Amino acid sequence: MEDKVVLTMRGITMTFPGVKALDHVDFTLRKGEIHALMGENGAGKSTLIKCLTGVHDFEFGEIRVDGIEEPIRNHSTMDAQRRGISTVYQEVNLCPNLSVAENLFIGREPLTKAHTIDRKAIVKRAQKLAEEFELNLDVQQTMGSYSLALQQMIAIARAVDMDCKILILDEPTSSLDDNEVSKLFTLMRRLRDQGVGIIFVTHFLEQVYEVCDRITVLRNGQLVGEYPVTALPRVKLIAAMMGKDIDDLAKIKPEACENRCGDMLIDAKGLGHTGKIKPFDLNIRQGEVVGLTGLLGSGRSELARVIYGADRPQTGTLKVKDKPAHVARPIDAMKLGMGMLPDDRKAEGIIDDLSIRENIILAMQAQQGMLKLIPYKEQCEIADKYIALLDIKTASRETPLKQLSGGNQQKVIIARWLATNPDFLILDEPTRGIDIGTKTEIQKLIIKLAEEGKSILFISSEIEEMLRTCNRLAVLRDGEKVGELSGDMTQESVMHAIAGGEKG
Amino acid sequence: MKQIRKITKMRLFLPIFSMVLVMAINMIYDVANGNVFYNFFTISIRNGLLYGRLIDILNRGSEAAILAIGMTLVVSSSAGVDISVGSVMSLAGGMCCMLLAGFGNANVSQYAMPLWVGLLAGLAVACLCGAFNGFLVSYLNIQPMVATLILFSAGRAIGLLMCNSTIVYIREPSFQFLGGYLGPIPTPIIVAILCITVMSLILKYTALGMYVQSVGINAKAARIAGYQSRRIIFTTFVICGLLAGIAGLVATSRIYSADTNNIGLNFELDAILAVALGGNSLGGGKFRLSGSIIGAYTIQAITTTLYALGVSSAQAPVFKAVIVILIVTIQSPAVKAVMAKRAAAKEVAARKGAVGV
Amino acid sequence: MKTSPLAGNTHRRMNNNTVLIMITIALFVIMYAAGCIAYSEKGFDHLQTFLNILINNSGLICIACGMTCVMLTGGIDVSVGALIAMDCMFIAVGIEYWGVSSPILMLLVLLIGVAFGLLQGFCVGYLGIQPFIVTIAGMFFARGMTAVICTQQVTIKSDPFFVGLANLKFNMPFEIGAYFNNKGKEMIPYFRLPVIIALVVLVAIFLVLRYTRFGRSLYAVGGNQQSAALMGLDVKKVRMKAYVLSSFLCSIGGICYCLNTMAGTTTQATGLEMDAIASSVIGGTLLTGGVGNVIGSFFGVLINGTISSLVKTNGKLISSWANVVSAMLLCFFIVLQAVFAKIKERSKG
Repeated sequence: MEDKVVLTMRGITMTFPGVKALDHVDFTLRKGEIHALMGENGAGKSTLIKCLTGVHDFEFGEIRVDGIEEPIRNHSTMDAQRRGISTVYQEVNLCPNLSVAENLFIGREPLTKAHTIDRKAIVKRAQKLAEEFELNLDVQQTMGSYSLALQQMIAIARAVDMDCKILILDEPTSSLDDNEVSKLFTLMRRLRDQGVGIIFVTHFLEQVYEVCDRITVLRNGQLVGEYPVTALPRVKLIAAMMGKDIDDLAKIKPEACENRCGDMLIDAKGLGHTGKIKPFDLNIRQGEVVGLTGLLGSGRSELARVIYGADRPQTGTLKVKDKPAHVARPIDAMKLGMGMLPDDRKAEGIIDDLSIRENIILAMQAQQGMLKLIPYKEQCEIADKYIALLDIKTASRETPLKQLSGGNQQKVIIARWLATNPDFLILDEPTRGIDIGTKTEIQKLIIKLAEEGKSILFISSEIEEMLRTCNRLAVLRDGEKVGELSGDMTQESVMHAIAGGEKG
Repeated sequence: MKQIRKITKMRLFLPIFSMVLVMAINMIYDVANGNVFYNFFTISIRNGLLYGRLIDILNRGSEAAILAIGMTLVVSSSAGVDISVGSVMSLAGGMCCMLLAGFGNANVSQYAMPLWVGLLAGLAVACLCGAFNGFLVSYLNIQPMVATLILFSAGRAIGLLMCNSTIVYIREPSFQFLGGYLGPIPTPIIVAILCITVMSLILKYTALGMYVQSVGINAKAARIAGYQSRRIIFTTFVICGLLAGIAGLVATSRIYSADTNNIGLNFELDAILAVALGGNSLGGGKFRLSGSIIGAYTIQAITTTLYALGVSSAQAPVFKAVIVILIVTIQSPAVKAVMAKRAAAKEVAARKGAVGV
Repeated sequence: MKTSPLAGNTHRRMNNNTVLIMITIALFVIMYAAGCIAYSEKGFDHLQTFLNILINNSGLICIACGMTCVMLTGGIDVSVGALIAMDCMFIAVGIEYWGVSSPILMLLVLLIGVAFGLLQGFCVGYLGIQPFIVTIAGMFFARGMTAVICTQQVTIKSDPFFVGLANLKFNMPFEIGAYFNNKGKEMIPYFRLPVIIALVVLVAIFLVLRYTRFGRSLYAVGGNQQSAALMGLDVKKVRMKAYVLSSFLCSIGGICYCLNTMAGTTTQATGLEMDAIASSVIGGTLLTGGVGNVIGSFFGVLINGTISSLVKTNGKLISSWANVVSAMLLCFFIVLQAVFAKIKERSKG
């Protein structure tokens, strides 16, 4: 193994039914290096990590770790830990009901000669670790009483105490405030200086430029490139992650808003939810299509959810059609004529055991209440109408939704909201995971709806899509809305806005 | 092979198969005993009343069927079970008898209050129990089987206290009508049919079924679409309580007394078993009411068959336990994972075969 | 060493769980004291009352220890009452009808407990079936088997060893708590063998939970199953072992119970599982798992026993009142736990 290199992954390939998650991906980690692993949804970051730590059994490729002759293949996270590869997850993998000291030593408690747990030794060693990591805490206090930030540091301390040479941090900063993040970075730098190789999986641009040495970018399961941080200006990074669309869809340009748009429909001032989205202002006029752009994790979905009431807004005010509105739950929003297609259709969209027909009329039924059932005949008519309109490929309207392909499932959820005839529709990544033909249909649909006077809030990771359909773009970065673009927009100008900063 | 697969995948396969199996065992038993093979099905009229093994099963299974309706809704929406139904039955009966006899009396042949007051009070108490359970589960987020544990232990004791610790007998003949006969047909059968019909109509003409199933299958998605799982789960528990009250009144009327220690004893397991035997997943979600009903009567048939075969009522639980374990094992995540792996492997092999690797 | 902005609280905060146990112990002391004051002329304040509670609940103490272990992993075991009835009937019939010597029977009972626990534990740990369903099936199985062994009541009288064990009386050392009854005779408080067994079990489980890796793994699995798995614990095995332990302790409890009742009937120990669950919950064991203490459960049993004792001493109240009060206490503690959990979630926001 090359000097100073602690981990090499070559040609890693992993296929799931129907999709190639990783296509001959290479990755190199050096000793004493903080290496960022970046990519949008579906890029393959988490799959790569899971192949490394033994959660997935990759098909082809080779992993070599410094100090071990043969290429390795981990079959479980314990395997990986024994070989010096530790992971600290976003949801900290510790037990909140046990003390800090116990958490540090679960599964490997020091024993006395009588084979009982040496509680004194645990406390002593834990205190020593806490001092080493400059954590001022009582190691005998239960984990749950400490902040998430501290819990993460303790998880890292445990990993380090288990002699890890490769430390993987999976989105550790998502729930931390600025203070906590800087403390985490100090710890990371110390570990780096001690020779540990750190893989830092994150969405936060600024943090990457603050603490990392190298960046590896994945896109659609393939390696885009590995770059030293100093040699990669922000805009180039964004371009690498989001890429230029290789599709040759017809140039559809939205009609300028001034000619068409009506009065103010949605007027949000200072709406926010601590930890998810900083207070923002946003207004949307009737018939306008507003896009939310930014990297994944920048707060786009969170912003939409706060308007819709899926996450209760903790600050700010909302006006709908110029009247103050109190939206605390989705049903409140629905009654005001809103609808939302969530980005995670599996978790929050599809009700898989119900039929297509039932899924389509689901939101309509909620609006009518439990006692007023939509007559069966009407349900069938509505379902058939949208199956035809959106070209949903299914043998019958009674097929359970789980039997449909992802793209068709997405169409059903879209149909669900169209059926409620909303004034304002939020579409969060409606085209993700959908074939190119359907993508075009959806984009055309958005424009058509706008022409009919509906307002749309459109979130997508593909800038081209939004340029084709939106009148205006709101730019988000690192959990807050940082600006707006309108008029003549190009992919370059959008990427610049997302990247921000003076460094390139 | 594929045909068999298709049949087993039908939603009502499990309950119908079980019922057929039990009937088959009965028929074999009859033949072995020298009777005609259709002896099990014979219905005759004695003293103007319907009589026969089938009638017996339908009659004695009425309470279980009524309970199964409520339990199905609770399981579907909350992925938990209501183990208090037996105790609520006893409590409802106790309340009714206590009012009808006047507090402190143990043996009356006249009503201290109009009959409908007693019946209504019994139902009201049962609804209250359902609301109590529903509140704990939906608003305090306590697991259903833990929340209902409280009434399970306390329900009978409270009923006993209400009846001053004795069995209260109501010897007024009209009190027995719920447990007696309406014309030639046993009344419990009619009550059960009534409850099933009402619930079926509600499911057909309102969106209750859709509300309950959506929340049970994917509460998060249902929330985005405007459904409030708290209210829905609360409602299912209240309905379950009400139905337990009805079953309790029927059971009390049968023996025209409030035997709070024994009414509804072990009925909760029968209700849960009925739901499981009906092909409904105990993990919540999509449900078929007809499955649970068939399941309830099948269990009653099993019980009756066991008695006919010489198994005492104290020993019957062994068989029920084995059946429960078999069903839930098949439904268990581990077994499902193994089946899924086998199916996936077959698909991969088929693909490889088709490609000609 | 700089004080970091992330400094945690250096004083050990009294967390919610300690509060729960404190409430339990306080409750017991208050109840018992109230009884002593109110019923002193009926002899409630004699040490024998306390010892009687121990004697009568020795089986329950063993079961409660096992129940605590299972609840620590986030599960529940409702089969314990039925298992005790089965064990008692087995011993009774074994002595009276099959003529087997009691030491062998007691050994067999322990083995049956282990086998029963293995079966239940396998279903819960490896098949992933909900613990409640598995153990309720276990409960019905055991109840039914009790009747299969014998449907009538069987009184044990033929085995001198067993009868001798049951009759063993241990006087309080140093004649603590001796008093003179109204006939002027000196009465020395005593306790019986099952009490010693129960207390030994209590101490043993306490040590296991605190000082062995297995004990700590129960807490870890109950606290966060995913985390425990990621930290390298074999979650399936741990959960299975919890049920084996529970049924094993239940069998020990069954022997204690049998020494007390000297009989086997089909209706014995009905509802005992609820008493065990109630004792554990009142003793501070969280139903969601990960938190619990056998000492707390012991006090939960004592509270239960005190309530029964108070009701019995009163003489005018029906025994059902004991059930109602226990259920109300259980409700109170369940709601308290839920409220604490909600407050915790709100503060995390």
